Amino acid sequence: MIPLGHYLIVSAVLFAIGSAGVFLRRNLITILLSVEIMLNAVNLTFVAFGRQHGTVDGQIVVFFVMTVAAAEAAVGLAIVIALYRHRESLNPDAFTALRW
Amino acid sequence: MDLRFLVQLGIIGLTFFMLINASALLVYAERKVMGFMQQRYGPYLVGPHGLLQPLADILKLLMKEELRPKGADRWLFTLAPVLAVTAAFAAFATVPWGAETTLFGLLDEPVKLGVSDVNVGVLVVFAITSMGVYGIVLAGWSSNSKYSLMGGLRASAQMISYELSYATALAAVILLAGSLSLRETVDAQAGYWFGFIPQWFIFLQPLGFIIYVIAGVAETNRAPFDFPEAEQELVAGYNTEYSSVRFALFPQAEYINMTTMSAVATDLYLGGWHGPFLPPEYGWIWFLMKVSAILFVYIWVRWTVPRYRYDQLMQFGWKWLFPAAVINLIITAAAVLYFNV
Amino acid sequence: MSEALVFYFLAGLAIMASALVIGQRNPMYSVLLLIASFGALAGLYIQLDAPFVAVAQIIIYAGAIMVLFLFVVMLLNAPQEDAAGWDRSHPLRRPGMSRIGALLALLLVVQLAWAVLSMSGVEAPAGTGGDAVSSVRALGRTLFTDYVFAFEATSILILVAMIGAVMLARREGDEA
Repeated sequence: MIPLGHYLIVSAVLFAIGSAGVFLRRNLITILLSVEIMLNAVNLTFVAFGRQHGTVDGQIVVFFVMTVAAAEAAVGLAIVIALYRHRESLNPDAFTALRW
Repeated sequence: MDLRFLVQLGIIGLTFFMLINASALLVYAERKVMGFMQQRYGPYLVGPHGLLQPLADILKLLMKEELRPKGADRWLFTLAPVLAVTAAFAAFATVPWGAETTLFGLLDEPVKLGVSDVNVGVLVVFAITSMGVYGIVLAGWSSNSKYSLMGGLRASAQMISYELSYATALAAVILLAGSLSLRETVDAQAGYWFGFIPQWFIFLQPLGFIIYVIAGVAETNRAPFDFPEAEQELVAGYNTEYSSVRFALFPQAEYINMTTMSAVATDLYLGGWHGPFLPPEYGWIWFLMKVSAILFVYIWVRWTVPRYRYDQLMQFGWKWLFPAAVINLIITAAAVLYFNV
Repeated sequence: MSEALVFYFLAGLAIMASALVIGQRNPMYSVLLLIASFGALAGLYIQLDAPFVAVAQIIIYAGAIMVLFLFVVMLLNAPQEDAAGWDRSHPLRRPGMSRIGALLALLLVVQLAWAVLSMSGVEAPAGTGGDAVSSVRALGRTLFTDYVFAFEATSILILVAMIGAVMLARREGDEA
């Protein structure tokens, strides 16, 4: 039996990778992918805890996260397409017209 | 070595072998049926009635030179056809094709005919089939050719759109059967109404069956929905740049996907291996016959209906097929609630 | 024992693939590696007695969301990210700021390491798993009773997202 802690460590590492991606990458699509990594890290935690408590609630939260992720991807990619049409670039630094 | 284990291994090997044969036979059947529909003979020179034609085709392709365009992505160009075929074979893993049998008393406990039996079988088939799109999309992208890219783009949009109707049609059957296991779904269709109408779900779900078959044709990229490779517009679409064995893998994946679609349709709607006249041990004969019948419809449609336009495909998928599937699901759910509670 | 091996293989695969996702300059490879990572996670879900979540992971994430990403990458024929693309004038990217950032990150690593090392209280997942957790029936029952409000709210979310996506991706001047 794998201890719960192992799953939590995997989840923490994945989340760290995802957040590092958001901070470091200069490509809107890769940033969205990094957000997906973070969401998945959280999903793993939910399923592992649910398994430990012997309930299905953890898995149900995962479904909600998945729907939110799907909605986020759809809207996010639509925004990416709209931005790309405007500036021919995927670099987030190119879209600073509204910065302070 | 355990005898039971060996038998199970044999069943897996047999399924694999039959799938390979199915793709070869379908090449032959397609050309022959097309021939008859166009009032000619089709292949008839190689072997009796041209039966060895698929073998000749494969030998020819094996001896061709393998080409890779200069700007192509080396890894993905090689990976794409492998991915397509792997997904096609793997999708059949949870499809049962026969009742339990003891092999004429050879085994103490009956063994199930089928590679494996999981309690979420329908969803596993659906999940792996949905991975098949990557083979086509990657082939289109990695070829570094505008026709291939267009084919790949079309494939991804088309398959996402029709997957929805496909899944919604499946959900209605899952409601009727009350199980996600394909084997239990088939066994829920045993028996007869009034003593002579077989209790197949097609009689309860005629609309669902039609939606399933249409979405299945679109999912396997067959005519009239063969946009990813539309010859008249895109040369050969996603596989324009492929040659030799790599090229051969794409049609093979397509034919195996067709077989899987037909086998799942048989399990879900046509009662699987249940049928009159034959004892349950020979149910797989019924199964083969039903699958062949659906495959014939596939070929028949291809050589009868001309290709749509791409915007018509999207219109049809989103504005007609998907609403119909949703209405079908709601009615089914209401009926199940009304009659079962 | 073999269970532990499978776990380490899948966990390693998920982490390696995710790390490569953010280490790639080519968005196409990033998307593909993320699919591999999702596949490994689905394997972990199966190990956690959640086959339905595992299949949903493949169908929704790998089969739908990632195809959408792939579609956009292909549609835009997305350019490779150039290394010199940093905007140095951004106030958060001055050298002093990055030093503070590095310090905070180090603090987080120390904290996490401490948490991991002192994690003796967390036992193996309880033996109550099995049917209680893996049954799709129980899952559906809970989803449509206890969580029915959240479920309905999600459907509104999806509707809004759908309309928003259509509106955003529309070319200006397109007719409705």
